[in-house]
Amino acid sequence: MSEKVVIGLEVHCQLTSLKTKLFCSCPSNYRGREPNTLVCPTCLGLPGSLPVLNQKALEYGLMVALALNCKIPKRTMFFRKNYFYPDMAKNFQISMFDRAGGAPLGYDGYVTLAVGGTQKLVRIRRVHLEEDPGRLVYPGTIDTAPYTLVDYNRHGVALVEVVTEPDFESPKEARAFLQKLRSILEHLGVFDGGLEGAMRCDANISIAGGARVEVKNIGSFKDVERALTFEIMRQKQLLAKKVAVVRETRHWDGERRITVSLRTKEEEYDYRYFPEPDLVPVEITEEMLDQIKARLPELPDARQKRFVSQYGLPGYDAMVLTSDKALADFFEKAVAAYGKPKVVSNWLMSDVLRCLNEYNLEIWESKLTPEHLVEMLKLIDEGVISGKIAKNILWDMVSSGKSPKQIVEERGLTRIADEEYLRKLVDEVFKENPKAVEDALSDEKAIHFLVGQLMKKTRGRADPQLANKIIREKLASK
Amino acid sequence: MGGAKLHAHHVAELVRRGDLSAYEHVCQILEKIERIEDKVRAYITLIPDIALEKAKEVDRKVEKGKRLGKLAGVVLAIKDVISTKGIPTTCGSLMLQDYIPPYDATAVERAVAEDAIIIGKTNMDEFAMGSTTENSAFGPTFNPWDLSRVPGGSSGGSAAALAAGEADISLGSDTGGSVRCPASFCGVVGLKPTYGLVSRYGLIAYANSLEQIGPLTLCVRDCALLMEVVSGHDPRDSTSIPTEPKKYQDVLEKGVEGLRIGVPEEMIGEGVDPLVAKEVWRAVDTLSELGAVCEETSLPSLEYSLAAYYVIAMSEASSNLARYDGVRYGFRAPDEGMDWSSAYSKTRRLGFGPEVRRRILLGTYALSAGYFDKYYLKAMKVRTLIKRDFDEAFKRFDVLASPTMPILPPKIGEKVADPLSMYMCDIDTVPANLAGIPSISVPCGLVDGLPVGFQAMAPPLGEELLLRVGYALESQVRLYERIPVV
Repeated sequence: MSEKVVIGLEVHCQLTSLKTKLFCSCPSNYRGREPNTLVCPTCLGLPGSLPVLNQKALEYGLMVALALNCKIPKRTMFFRKNYFYPDMAKNFQISMFDRAGGAPLGYDGYVTLAVGGTQKLVRIRRVHLEEDPGRLVYPGTIDTAPYTLVDYNRHGVALVEVVTEPDFESPKEARAFLQKLRSILEHLGVFDGGLEGAMRCDANISIAGGARVEVKNIGSFKDVERALTFEIMRQKQLLAKKVAVVRETRHWDGERRITVSLRTKEEEYDYRYFPEPDLVPVEITEEMLDQIKARLPELPDARQKRFVSQYGLPGYDAMVLTSDKALADFFEKAVAAYGKPKVVSNWLMSDVLRCLNEYNLEIWESKLTPEHLVEMLKLIDEGVISGKIAKNILWDMVSSGKSPKQIVEERGLTRIADEEYLRKLVDEVFKENPKAVEDALSDEKAIHFLVGQLMKKTRGRADPQLANKIIREKLASK
Repeated sequence: MGGAKLHAHHVAELVRRGDLSAYEHVCQILEKIERIEDKVRAYITLIPDIALEKAKEVDRKVEKGKRLGKLAGVVLAIKDVISTKGIPTTCGSLMLQDYIPPYDATAVERAVAEDAIIIGKTNMDEFAMGSTTENSAFGPTFNPWDLSRVPGGSSGGSAAALAAGEADISLGSDTGGSVRCPASFCGVVGLKPTYGLVSRYGLIAYANSLEQIGPLTLCVRDCALLMEVVSGHDPRDSTSIPTEPKKYQDVLEKGVEGLRIGVPEEMIGEGVDPLVAKEVWRAVDTLSELGAVCEETSLPSLEYSLAAYYVIAMSEASSNLARYDGVRYGFRAPDEGMDWSSAYSKTRRLGFGPEVRRRILLGTYALSAGYFDKYYLKAMKVRTLIKRDFDEAFKRFDVLASPTMPILPPKIGEKVADPLSMYMCDIDTVPANLAGIPSISVPCGLVDGLPVGFQAMAPPLGEELLLRVGYALESQVRLYERIPVV
């Protein structure tokens, strides 16, 4: 692992909070809808149709550019990116371009990233708006399908494209950036990363001594790490065998978890960009920017700082919690109802996250609610359940959505604090373990063993303090 | 009416007053079509049944005393590049032979809302690429003044239909002269409005940054009338100017006294048929007699206008026409067992005619990496220079004048084999498209029985000036009283 790895990302995010498409008034919530029902002459590219810019999309795009600390041009315009592909209704995509008099919505920005305990600056090259192509549907698999179907419902949905400089040195960093970007977009309220296909990315990767390879079609955070790891391994193997790495575009096959060659540099498209004559240049005034800036919500970096100052959380906790807007929101709701921020944070960061990870769920997908978590914490405080039992029922809370009280009742998990009953059980334990009782008179360890045996009998429900007290009393009276 | 055709404003007036039945009027025009359409071939699609139905509706409105629109009972022919809901819109191409738009162009919607009666869709050069209407997949249109000659193009069907009495009024499109050229060759009035004055929504794009829908009419008043109906802001077209339609008819009789008219030497000198130039100078003299102040001037950058025009138009066309791939609508070549990219190639090779393929290829070339700066960007710079030259000229003149076409209508077939000489014919019309300014063609005389068009250009939104000049000239020339031979 000595060769230096350089990675840059191009991330496409749908502005999922928009109600309509980028250049027409068709609804943009295409998921789960009957194919080709959310279409009009414009997004079908019918002859004679014209695009009209969705002003809200422009506003959202500018919010993203500002949140990524970009410089904003005074004037921008749309370009046509010309290439033939079956998912395109016009065989050109309306996008933005940074040459030939064009400018993206934002340029020269940055994002800070926590990497191995230090803050890393990731430079943002540009942010721009463009339209999403349609969706290709292959009956069966892509290799065996006898024909391809096209669903234009997605065609024309607004995308914001974020292009970074090649500032990542590992697949982990690339993944961390996507996580952060998602959190920023979600805090802006323009994006819901939980929707399938809402965030897609292409990666440029090169290893010292190799060539720049672009990997397309990466659909998730996990896949970014996998695709890049695969690609690094592939290139390193080539270099080790003294085979030249070809400058090319490769396709990530998420099923087989490999990259396959799509086209070499010689076969790259010439997009023949030129200004979109059907749209007028966009003037971005100071007033407009001031208004947007004034309305920008609290972003993850600021929220992280606030979590430290307001709740007294350690920096690391604050960072983890704010890296996911839903998690941060969950935390604040729970603290509002319960107080004790550090206790809530500990539960979230250890047991809740572990549990979610195990179920492969994100917090908003799980059935766990802040109200239920708070109820559980109160049950512990009231001595109704032990911490151990709480950890146990958490799994049920996450998967079934039942309240902790209900689970505890159904499974008979309330703590046994009945002294009479416990004394009886201790007698039994003593009878069954005479050797341990003898040892316990001189060895503290044996006392723990006896407490353990009692817990076993009660399936962990015995009040531990009371159990300890009774056992010690009985030993003392021997 | 003594043989002379009724003009659209007369028709509307008579229908509104109940003195003319729209139904009978449509019947008369259908009879005319029946008689001569075989010779003229102005239409690609005729919709007599729908037209008669609509005419009955108009008559019923009259009977019931309901309010009638500005184009009540006026028979409208629409160039087949303008989308009409439920009526085939072919662009003169095999590619769109069976394409039926699910929506109306804004201009159509507005005309229909004023009770115009659509009679059919007119022939044109394929995708509006040409100046003779010979590049149509459905065969050429013939000039009603001389059937051995072309009607001009690309809106040749619209102009011929009017000249032959097969419609009262027409909508065409003008990318580099496509309204004015056939207006000139067929002896009718044609206007290319200021860029952005008439919505392009529904106009099938050839070169978006240059073109406008424009009226073709028998007289200047009809032109003013149709502009009152179709102009004005449309939120569906982002390049539409936020302006209300003006009352163009109100200014017609204001005359030309004191108007300063400049004649650019670049537009009337070399390459212009002397017989054409003579008629145009005569028109300039007529305007002088009516009180206009006319003098020669020069716009040096016009030398480059044709080259710039064709680079920009073809570049935009190469992108606009990319959507015709056979997937969603239109022609699709048999593609059994072919991959998508071979299937696209085949569909496009068979679906487009030779002139369209030529312009797509040239435009693709001009936009390619390494050539973009050399061609497209340079053409855009020339465009800026031309605009500047016009700005300067309009400080000294209210209107600029020239021949519309440098030649008389050529014989059918004469230009087909020589595309370059066909492109050269657009020398006087393309500057207005490059500059986005309005321009009108008005008949100013006959040479050997063939009409000659006088072109006037004005600053942006100067349509009223053009209509005044056109009306004054027309009142003297009165060419509309002459009937073509057919």
